[in-house]
Amino acid sequence: MFEVIAELSRWAIPLILLVVPLTAMLRGVKVYETFVDGAEAGFATAVKTIPYLVAMIVAISIFRASGAMEVLVTVLSPVLDFVGLPAEVLPHAVMRPLSGGAALGIASDIIKTYGPDSFLGRLVSTMQGSCDTTFYVLTLYFGSVGIKKYRYSVILGLTADLSTLVASVFIVRVIFGLAG
Amino acid sequence: MVNFVWLAMIVFGILVAGAKGNIDVVTKAALDGANDAVKISISLIAIISFWLGIMKLAEEAGLVRALALLVRPVMRFLFPSVPKDHPAMGAMVMNLSANILGLGNAATPMGLIAMQELQKLNRNKDTASDAMCTFLALNTSCVTLIPTTIIGIRLLYGSTDPTEIVGPTIMATAFSMTVAIVVDRILRQIYSRKGG
Repeated sequence: MFEVIAELSRWAIPLILLVVPLTAMLRGVKVYETFVDGAEAGFATAVKTIPYLVAMIVAISIFRASGAMEVLVTVLSPVLDFVGLPAEVLPHAVMRPLSGGAALGIASDIIKTYGPDSFLGRLVSTMQGSCDTTFYVLTLYFGSVGIKKYRYSVILGLTADLSTLVASVFIVRVIFGLAG
Repeated sequence: MVNFVWLAMIVFGILVAGAKGNIDVVTKAALDGANDAVKISISLIAIISFWLGIMKLAEEAGLVRALALLVRPVMRFLFPSVPKDHPAMGAMVMNLSANILGLGNAATPMGLIAMQELQKLNRNKDTASDAMCTFLALNTSCVTLIPTTIIGIRLLYGSTDPTEIVGPTIMATAFSMTVAIVVDRILRQIYSRKGG
């Protein structure tokens, strides 16, 4: 099953690159000119995201470098203890929506310290795999079309992230038990 | 909300740095952050240009519409405000599929194309539309089936079964996607009553 999906992933892009231009040609589309027409907007789209990403990444960067994250972890600890989240994975949980690279670093550290087949190792692996960098995605996607008012999408994204956390703890506990 | 989170990260960060006596890290962190942000945007030029070209071909060939047609029942339920044969539907499906297959460098450009299509339907150009909120909630809660990076790390530290977390990951993702869809509906109701 996993091998099939992995294989599918390897073939997906080459197949798209084969099927799309061929189909276009059969439908009488001028393939080269159309590709160039489309690609023309790439520069403007990418550059448009600069101010949004600068704003968000500067804030995240200050937050991380100052040590504010550790303070937040201490404050949040009793709350997350309540939902059964071990304190060791809390830094990962806080960092995951903000910075993919930082979260991966924390996850890697936990796996190294406690072992990949321990409860904490499995839990942080599941958390890393099932969450996304919510803030980065929101900033980039909204920024590319010039949206400044995000309405309820921040609270929605964070609710989904929190539900992943709770689900991860529950699922890993049920499947593997607390052993390790 | 985004205003609050943004300001809170900066103010809280500076206060903590000051209290810990390492206020110098703030300036460096700010400039490094800005630098990283520009690097990310610039590196996006290449993949976005490339995928915009391919997507334009797919659109002219009628493939985006065909794809949208294929998953119409699900997409109509999720995005009632988007016309059923709109190119946005095709682009969103492409983005979500690329996400699931773990094609990170294809997923982002397709997502941005979907946002451009959704923006065409948006009446308030500086405010997120209902469909955009739903799309981003799905996008951030739906992730790859095979988390290759984390499997690699598990392998590196001697796991006896590095891929054993794939099942739990998919289950956790399915749960959070369900939560995202339900909470999205509730918030949409609340916010539309507020008139915002």
